[in-house]
Amino acid sequence: MPHSRLRRQHPGPVWRLFSSAGFRFAALFAAVFLLAALAFGSVLWWGTAGALERQTDAAIRADVHALTDRWRDGGAPSVAEAIEERLAVDAEGQTLYLLQDADGARQAGNLAELPRRDGNSAWHSVTLSHEDGPPGEGRLMVVELPDGGRLGVGREVGEKQQLRDLLTEGLAWATGAALVCAIIGAWLMRRALERRLAAASGTAAQIAGGDLSPRVPLSPHDDEFDRLGASMNTMLDRIAQLMDGVRGVSDAIAHDLRHPIARARNGLEEALLDEANDPAALRSAIERGITDLDNVSRVFQAVLRIAEVEHGARRAAFAPLDLALLLADAAELYGASAEAHGQVLETEWPESLPLVGDRDLLLQVLANLLDNAVKFSPPGAVIRVSAAQEEDAVLVRVADQGPGLSVPDRARVGERFFRADAARTTPGSGLGLSLVRAVVQMHGGALWFADAGGPPDHPGLAVLLRLPVSAGTEKPAA
Amino acid sequence: MRILLVEDDAEVGRFVRKGLQEAGHTVEHAQNGRDGLFMAASEGFDLLVLDRMLPGGVDGVRLVETLRTQGNHTPVLFLSALAGVDERVKGLKAGGDDYLVKPFAFAELLARVEALGRRPAVDAPATRLRVADLELDLLSRTVTRGGRKIDIQPREFRLLEHLMRHAGQVVTRTMLLEKVWDYHFDPQTNVIDVHVSRLRQKLDKGFDKPLIHTVRNAGYMIRGEA
Repeated sequence: MPHSRLRRQHPGPVWRLFSSAGFRFAALFAAVFLLAALAFGSVLWWGTAGALERQTDAAIRADVHALTDRWRDGGAPSVAEAIEERLAVDAEGQTLYLLQDADGARQAGNLAELPRRDGNSAWHSVTLSHEDGPPGEGRLMVVELPDGGRLGVGREVGEKQQLRDLLTEGLAWATGAALVCAIIGAWLMRRALERRLAAASGTAAQIAGGDLSPRVPLSPHDDEFDRLGASMNTMLDRIAQLMDGVRGVSDAIAHDLRHPIARARNGLEEALLDEANDPAALRSAIERGITDLDNVSRVFQAVLRIAEVEHGARRAAFAPLDLALLLADAAELYGASAEAHGQVLETEWPESLPLVGDRDLLLQVLANLLDNAVKFSPPGAVIRVSAAQEEDAVLVRVADQGPGLSVPDRARVGERFFRADAARTTPGSGLGLSLVRAVVQMHGGALWFADAGGPPDHPGLAVLLRLPVSAGTEKPAA
Repeated sequence: MRILLVEDDAEVGRFVRKGLQEAGHTVEHAQNGRDGLFMAASEGFDLLVLDRMLPGGVDGVRLVETLRTQGNHTPVLFLSALAGVDERVKGLKAGGDDYLVKPFAFAELLARVEALGRRPAVDAPATRLRVADLELDLLSRTVTRGGRKIDIQPREFRLLEHLMRHAGQVVTRTMLLEKVWDYHFDPQTNVIDVHVSRLRQKLDKGFDKPLIHTVRNAGYMIRGEA
């Protein structure tokens, strides 16, 4: 086995978990789910707590602007007056003010002091002590006045803070719930994936174990997994068919070649062991051996040719031809044999029967059929060969006056090495009709059998071939 | 004939060489394609018998293609274990003149070797073939024996023509099927025998001396002298 095909083995269960596609899909799913939850939380946060803060800050800033404008118009007393006014109308006590002069003395407002200056930031958070409740929180903006005094404007934000805390808490819970959902969802997804794939991988494992019969079970959903399973099944059917074919051929070869090989071997061995043999007897034994070996190689050749035809390797030799000429040649070749058997060959076909096919193979087909007809018909019989043009095909019929073929046998004719009982005493390999069937299928045609219309005990056999005019138009039967 | 045999299988090589030598030919044997090409290109041979698959980087097809591009037209007979029809066509396209599939009968090989070796380089425009008192006129398509016209069918005429063109040589049944009927297939039974015996009856009827002889385990031969 090439090195690259060796799979690295990782022993740890953690690695196996990470290397599982189901886990990776699930992790991806969880990550996307969490990201969505996070985005949702952020938008919610920005839209509520954030908006409240921005609103407060904007109100404070506007107040500061109004008061500094006032200071420019009327000086500190005017501002102090305005502050007192505002405090007077603020029933809820939410507003915070403090105006100091340059010495830090309180001019107006409800705050005790201003926070110390710290850097550039004008914004401060302050803690407010209330006499009748828990301390509150305030947000304060402090500006320097041109005369050295300071103005602080603020709002109590305790309630808003509470709202924000509530929201934060809510979001934290929601995030936790999302995380749990993501993990459960991922786990479910992984399990579903594994469950759907289990059927296919189980089947594959069984097949790898040597049993070619199981198929991937399909659900009624007809989804991606079912389609994958269906194509796996098609592939398996094809493989099984090919395997059967190979097994059939090797069985048949083993069976049919064993006899002639054994015969040749026995004959030669006998000739060798028999000391009384004269040279002439030895010679004839050797000749018989050679004849047996020639038979072996003929059968072998025929089997290989059938395999070649069944693989469609000879389609390369397809060319336009006139079947009428082929029929004439075949009739002429075998007419002499029929005559030698005291039989008559009657022929009938139109002047021209153009079709696309393999000339040598089609002649082989006609030769095999005529050879059978001559072989199985008694002396004096009439063998009829006829052909007719159909719409897009040529129908060829070869009828003899032999014993015919029983209906059950008809189905088996064409299996390699099958020979009907009646044929066992005649010479032949049982490969002739196999080749005929293979060639006809290769041409996209059909082969079937019928009685030739003789008496019931001797009906004769009619072999019918239907060959499409252009072999490409019909798909060859599998 | 001087024959170059290029065959890497020692046993097949020995067998073919011995057989051809016994038939009266001179045989040089090369074990691989490189040596074979060198010998074929540098020495004159009447015929090359090549295995299709050869060691040494030059296989039979390459060897023939190289020879043909050099203008060498020595007849070539391929011996091959590759029986596929495409293989046969490939061999003939490359410039081979005949193709014999292993396992073969030596008689078949010898008949084909002799047919190829004595093939005239350019088909002589003979209009009349003669064997003993049998005469075949290619122009009028008539056959006469001892001056008497013999009624003969077109296919029988071609059969007889082929036998007479190779008078004195063995012609095998498959050769007849290929050359006279122009088909490559396995006829199952000896249909050719039936045709030859019918022709023989027509030719020999009324004459004591048979012209077409059956060569045991090989094929047929037409010759005048007994």
